[in-house]
Amino acid sequence: MDITTFTSKRSLVSGSVILIIFIVLITVPLYAPGYAAILLSSILMYVILTISWVMFSGPTGYMSLAPAAFFGVGIYASAIIGGKLPFPIVVGIGGLASFCLALLVGALTLRLRGIYFAIFTFGLVMLMAHSLLFWELHVTGTRGRFVIVMGYNTIYYYLLGISMLLLLTSYLIRRSKYGLALQSIGQEEDAAAHTGVNVTMLKVTIFAISAFFMGAAGAVMATKWTYIDPFIAFNPFYSFMPVVMAIFGGMGQLYGPIIGAAILTYLEEFLITKFAEVYMLIFGTILVIAILYLHDGLVGLIQKWRRRIWGERYANT
Amino acid sequence: MIVTFLDIVIAGLLMGGIYALIAVGLSLQYGVARVLNIAHGEFIMLGAFGTWMLYKMVGINPLITLAMCGPVLFLIGFFLHKTLFRSLLASSASADIFEGRSLLASFGLLFIIQNIAILTWGADIKSYSYLNYGVNLAGALFAANRLVTLLFAVVISAAFYLFLAFTRLGKAIRAAAQDPRTAGLMGVNINKVLALCFGFGALMAGFAGGLLSMRYPITATMGMEYTIIAIIVVVLGGLGSIVGSFIGGFLLGIIGSIVTYIEPGLALVAYYVIFILLLLARPTGILGK
Repeated sequence: MDITTFTSKRSLVSGSVILIIFIVLITVPLYAPGYAAILLSSILMYVILTISWVMFSGPTGYMSLAPAAFFGVGIYASAIIGGKLPFPIVVGIGGLASFCLALLVGALTLRLRGIYFAIFTFGLVMLMAHSLLFWELHVTGTRGRFVIVMGYNTIYYYLLGISMLLLLTSYLIRRSKYGLALQSIGQEEDAAAHTGVNVTMLKVTIFAISAFFMGAAGAVMATKWTYIDPFIAFNPFYSFMPVVMAIFGGMGQLYGPIIGAAILTYLEEFLITKFAEVYMLIFGTILVIAILYLHDGLVGLIQKWRRRIWGERYANT
Repeated sequence: MIVTFLDIVIAGLLMGGIYALIAVGLSLQYGVARVLNIAHGEFIMLGAFGTWMLYKMVGINPLITLAMCGPVLFLIGFFLHKTLFRSLLASSASADIFEGRSLLASFGLLFIIQNIAILTWGADIKSYSYLNYGVNLAGALFAANRLVTLLFAVVISAAFYLFLAFTRLGKAIRAAAQDPRTAGLMGVNINKVLALCFGFGALMAGFAGGLLSMRYPITATMGMEYTIIAIIVVVLGGLGSIVGSFIGGFLLGIIGSIVTYIEPGLALVAYYVIFILLLLARPTGILGK
């Protein structure tokens, strides 16, 4: 068997696996009880946040703590215009609002490097939460807002659609020349600029694209919560969760963050209703252990075991 | 007009003393040990709860508790660095990677410490009353506990500054802050110095927590607010500059006091606006290199 049929066979297998998973996910609400769709919605929400985070921060190494800001913008867009416009347009506007915010923030701040970028993006989340709270209390005279409720299945299908679109985008960026350029930025930004990569343009664009998906997810999730206020929408927790899930799952492969998001969300759903404090305690412990010992996440660990059991598939080059 | 202005400035200085103390601790942890410790506020919370518990249950004077809680937190910080952050440092390829990973690890610590505190002491607000009477200062009335906390904050910070400036260990710490590799070659036991610095940071947080508990009600979730203030002050003063953090603390205290006088709801917003403008215009801070 020559190498081409071998690789095409592999991609055929993985392609059909993806297709089967996709069909199963689409038909879940038809045969599974309501809770499955709710649980899967939560998982999909974190999958979207995590994959979007990895899209920018994974290859470039810029640690963005802004997901909560983009997610919150989507939530607020949905709260303000939801009900006045058809829902798909609301979701699109939520995404676009985040996209624009990310363009602005990116153009301003992506020259900050290392830890400064992380603190800045985190400050952004808190600034938005506190300014909005002040605005709501003093100008509109309320603390929070009610959001038009959507059915569980609608929310589920929207999130499924967004995550499929996101996975496709992420996959295409990864294998394009832009993906390579992003990685070169992560390894040595000055060298990347010298080899002709338009560094600033590329960083800002990818940052904004990733924000689009977070905003769209926020616009959908707002309809699940029915009531929101600035501190629900701009909760710094949503900035840290994607980071933890990505590291826990492993960022080397596209499916790593999905596995990380699925496992940690399931743990959250399982524990948070009964033992919220214990959940946060376990969450913190997992985070510390993952950072200490799981360098390439769960996926890296699995690959290591697989190599140990079946031996190396390819020679080390 | 002038009297109101003086009132505002003095109130700002009273708050600024605590901010300075908190920020000096964080500055030490970041400037020398290169750990941007998101869990800094949790050490403050531990100091505050330790003081509260000893005062309520055994009746020990909070000012004496400072000398008990501080060293305990120092040991916790010291051994945390010896175990967790040192193995992170050993397995990180570069200083930048270490900074990112240690930030996330300290975020994990935040959750661990905070939730252990909630499980132990509950999530409700606690307070006690100590030195709670007015003192007339140049025509304006201030609570005695605020003056005492300012005094202690300044004395502790100044003592620490003198320690850094004039002792052998202080010199080793300053050398390690400038260039850990060269300091190591010059015979500084670098791992010990880094762990000591992390411990000193926790010690400062413990002192600040004890002092804060005399003035304000405390909760198990109070840490995050002070962490954010500490980060802002440290950036304001210049990452890693002890004197900058000290000045920055008082500066932020006064700014906060002025904004609170104009519009109380905007104090935190003002902090973030300053913070973001500062990062854009001068990320190295007022005294940074």
